[in-house]
Amino acid sequence: MPETVKLTIDGKAVEAEKGTLLIEAARAAGIEIPSFCYYEGLTLQAACRMCLVEVEKTPKLQVGCTLPVAEGMVVHTESAVVKQARKGMLEFLLTNHPLDCPVCDKGGECELQDMVFRYGAGESRFLERKVHVDEKQWSPVVFFDAPRCILCYRCVRICNEGMGVNALGVANRGVISEIVPNRHDHLECDECGACIDICPVGALTSGIYRYQTRPWEMRHVGTICTHCADGCRTTLGVRNGKIIRGNNRDRSGINGEFLCIKGRYAFDFVDHPERLQSPLMRCGEGFEPVSWSKAVETVAARFNEIKVRGGEFGVIGSNHTTNEENFFLAKMARQGLGTKNIDHHRTGDLAAFFDALAGRKDALASTQDLYLAKAVLIAGADLSQQHPLLAFQARANVRHHAAHIYTAAPGPVREDKYSFARAQNLEELRDKLAREENLVIVIGPLAEARRTIAFGDSLGVPVKYVCLVDYSNSRGAFDMGVVPRGGGKSLEQMLAAPDLGALWVVGANPLKNAELASRQAFVVVQDLFLTETARRADIVLPAASAYEKSGTVTNVCGEVQKLRPAVKVMGAKTDLEIFGLIAKEMGLHLGIPLPDKVFEEIRRTVRGYDVPLPVIETGGAAPTAPLNGRVEELPGAVRSAGDTLFTSGTLSRYSKILNSVMEAPGALYGGLAPGDGSR
Amino acid sequence: MTFSPALEERFAQMLRAYPEGRQRSAVVPMLIYAQDEVGSITPELIEEVARRCGVDPLQVDEVVGYYSMLHRRPMGKYHVQVCTNISCMLVGGEQLYEHARKTLGIGHKEVTPDGRFSLEEVECMGACSWAPAVQINYDFHHFVTPEKLDQLIDSLRKAQ
Ligand code: SF4
Ligand code: SF4
Ligand code: SF4
Ligand code: FES
Ligand code: FES
Repeated sequence: MPETVKLTIDGKAVEAEKGTLLIEAARAAGIEIPSFCYYEGLTLQAACRMCLVEVEKTPKLQVGCTLPVAEGMVVHTESAVVKQARKGMLEFLLTNHPLDCPVCDKGGECELQDMVFRYGAGESRFLERKVHVDEKQWSPVVFFDAPRCILCYRCVRICNEGMGVNALGVANRGVISEIVPNRHDHLECDECGACIDICPVGALTSGIYRYQTRPWEMRHVGTICTHCADGCRTTLGVRNGKIIRGNNRDRSGINGEFLCIKGRYAFDFVDHPERLQSPLMRCGEGFEPVSWSKAVETVAARFNEIKVRGGEFGVIGSNHTTNEENFFLAKMARQGLGTKNIDHHRTGDLAAFFDALAGRKDALASTQDLYLAKAVLIAGADLSQQHPLLAFQARANVRHHAAHIYTAAPGPVREDKYSFARAQNLEELRDKLAREENLVIVIGPLAEARRTIAFGDSLGVPVKYVCLVDYSNSRGAFDMGVVPRGGGKSLEQMLAAPDLGALWVVGANPLKNAELASRQAFVVVQDLFLTETARRADIVLPAASAYEKSGTVTNVCGEVQKLRPAVKVMGAKTDLEIFGLIAKEMGLHLGIPLPDKVFEEIRRTVRGYDVPLPVIETGGAAPTAPLNGRVEELPGAVRSAGDTLFTSGTLSRYSKILNSVMEAPGALYGGLAPGDGSR
Repeated sequence: MTFSPALEERFAQMLRAYPEGRQRSAVVPMLIYAQDEVGSITPELIEEVARRCGVDPLQVDEVVGYYSMLHRRPMGKYHVQVCTNISCMLVGGEQLYEHARKTLGIGHKEVTPDGRFSLEEVECMGACSWAPAVQINYDFHHFVTPEKLDQLIDSLRKAQ
């Protein structure tokens, strides 16, 4: 039991752990001490003085956000003098504030507005001209309107401490103090937007959302980011059927309020003008739009015909579609088309990973483990570039728990900046690692899964592992069996098979850098865009993106989370709906193609997936542990696409915001050579 | 960027004086002493101090912007700082500053054409008990009257 102290706040007896800050002790007791600069998880600033309280036997008002509780302390948070102080502080904060609430992005969800409403004076005694500074654009993402700034330093701290980027500072002092970007007139950073969302006022605004709407006109849909494999929860703000904002200010999900640029802003591919909105059928060199019924009939008829004549099928699934879709596709391939040739672009060696850990308990690290472990070894990965959330967790672990971060990578990575030790290869780190109390090992694309696990096991300390994969449901695609188990052809083998009868590609672009050997193959592609692969298709079916569907996805740590549809794009259908239509037309009986029904089956039949429904239904993340049994070796290549912070396979090609940022990946801290980013 | 051997030695000592990992504490003294040698805080100096103290240039820039005794442009050989903060103001600090402006023919943070004098209106220098106070480079002058200031400036004009 940690030592506690007893104190009184507003007449209420409160007990709190020794060392707790008064503001936290009060919050825990249901008493809110107003604050601007105090921010849970960041260093103390004590800059705004909103949290002044009266402490008996202390002559002056005290700063509640830095004052540790003490035995017998008697605190008043609502006395006349405290109220007067708050009023004064707010009057002071408003001296140069433009009060342009009617046009400010933050209007309606602004902390300054709320405070003034609750505690402020109705009028100001300042008659001086307000200091005005023109608004500045620092990057395609970040805009700064200095007069609105209340100098709480939240942005500076989140960028410095949370992101490890250090891109914001404060110039000058007093009334002309101003937040400034690291490159004088512009920013060079992660463009994550964390500073924008953490700003209590409308001083920092985003190029994506600014002047688009009033906050209360939006509908908010909590879903899962569709880019990298970390599975951040993002709350999409939707108005008139259009997504106009992404954030996670309610701190729901495994990511708290963390999001990288992709989860916060790269939803714009959804209404890219090149989005496919009608099925297309080959017509000579080009395509002609056809109705859904015609397209589905054609696909079903050709599939049946090829099946009857014993032709060979190849099925390539996606790294982005839901577990339900992957499961249904695998079932359709095996039971419906009678083929074992099913695969997807595998971006991490999960087969070797699961096999090496088969039969173990507690061997898989959760997202939270990266924040709680005493030490984290990042082997062969550029975590900040490729797994922003995992990198954020590790950084927070260093800040909050003084965890030891180790990096073993062939080049410089951002983690070096706060790592305890770095090396080119694992052996050099052995002695130090063996002295850790416990450890999480992150196995990146440049590390070999079996070898790394053998190394970890030989350390003699408790180790949990993560095997990095690239995309939002890479893990789910593997778990649902979108792999050539039992002697099927791998993706590469399918493409190289000279007499493949049909190739069915769902949400993937394998022909970006490869040729299809079979000339006569009937090619069906389901995608959002007319990709290189879709251009080779006989039938192209317009698919819905993750932001337009229900279902579940599994992140890099094996946590299952639920998607909720934010918008609908006219003409497109979810891949599951499309599978259902084709199955029905082909006369196949594979179960009801509804996400909930399919998920029921997944829970019953896929190992590790008997997860508790309430957790998922309420927006939680349920861990899976598919370790009960050996995993067969698979043919074909495992290759990370090497995406960076600003790329996301094919999707990023259709994101205006990702294409507009000017930073070279790794520009700030070096970085491992990025790949081609194809999915 | 390198400095005179004496200053290099001083910097090396400073970096050793702070506990391991706290080298950023040397930012302010380094800037002040380097300013004396270089003449002003140049962008290269900012980069250099950042490198030596292991912080980002932006963080050194913040410090430079914060402290009024750090100048981004060279000041005069004699930098005359007149306090007009409350204690000094009550006993004629503002008149003294006005007088200095006239005598030197320059305004706040300006430099005379010959580069010998610069003027700055400063906030409290902790010399309230002897107000009004003036500081010229590192020297304090107490109970300064306009006449006394003229004499001071004259003597400096004559000095080489
Ligand atoms: S966008 Fe992110 S990385 Fe850039 S300044 Fe803001 S917090 Fe820092
Ligand atoms: S820009 Fe916003 S977050 Fe940053 S200091 Fe100003 S008010 Fe605070
Ligand atoms: S870290 Fe990954 S999951 Fe999270 S917001 Fe970024 S791209 Fe999306
Ligand atoms: S919240 Fe305490 S000073 Fe800002
Ligand atoms: S007010 Fe001038 S020295 Fe203090």
